[in-house]
Amino acid sequence: MVRGTPDHAIYFTRCSMLPNLTNALDFQAKALVIRADRQRVIASNIANADTPGYAGRDINFKEAMTAALGGNSLSLTRSAPAGGTPEGATDSRHIPLQSSTGTLGRDKLDYTTQTQPAMDGNSVDMDRERANFVDNSVRYEATLRFINGSSRTILSAIQGQ
Amino acid sequence: MSMFSIFNVSGSAVSAQSQRLNVVASNLANADAVAGPDGQGYKARQVVFQTVPMGSDASSGVKVSSITESNEPLKRVHNPTHPSADADGYVNQSNVNPVEEMVNMISASRSYQNNIEVMNTAKTLLLKTLQMGQ
Repeated sequence: MVRGTPDHAIYFTRCSMLPNLTNALDFQAKALVIRADRQRVIASNIANADTPGYAGRDINFKEAMTAALGGNSLSLTRSAPAGGTPEGATDSRHIPLQSSTGTLGRDKLDYTTQTQPAMDGNSVDMDRERANFVDNSVRYEATLRFINGSSRTILSAIQGQ
Repeated sequence: MSMFSIFNVSGSAVSAQSQRLNVVASNLANADAVAGPDGQGYKARQVVFQTVPMGSDASSGVKVSSITESNEPLKRVHNPTHPSADADGYVNQSNVNPVEEMVNMISASRSYQNNIEVMNTAKTLLLKTLQMGQ
């Protein structure tokens, strides 16, 4: 059997309207995933505020966003090796799923510095962490609103009402 | 959603802090306890916190790895009429320092509150995420 280009792939490459419509959504979705990751990391810091020797972690949003945008922007592009199938797929025409568990590993996180050094070596500054937590949750909600706004725009464009 | 693990992380912290509060309560309750005939009085206890990795992602919770006993000498109070007094008229009391315990209690209670607030915020954000596109 000769593996040709699947029909839906031709449709998505020829019809450039759909990527244009969803580009803004895609961008905000990536920002949302990084915001959720950062929220989790700050929650870990707050949980370990009393643990001796714990080093606080944080995510540099700008770097993480640049890295996320550097990857393929359209999730429908096939990343299969020549003649092979994408990882975890049983057919070369399967569309690879993007990881939904976040993009950042433990090694990609930065360390926070001690503002007021403590004897037990803990580098969590509770005031800073709480400020970061609130700041991040407001930005998360802002990103959510952007997504809702874009989706409403797209819906009204589709429905034409 | 990767934010669900916040509940595991903050939940572990809340449970560790409540264990710390329990130990403080036990210390305060025994602050004036007198040593028995064997001379072994109550020794102040302290929890030891330790970081535990949670899941495959970069979140880390906390657990109580052990409970240590203080090595401070027992308080010796001169009270010859006390039934547990030794030959010199001294009674061995526990080595709990109530001031230290109160400070410990306030710290534990503030950390507990912080983690509850983190969980509330995460819950609000997740609920708003559920309404996305509506």
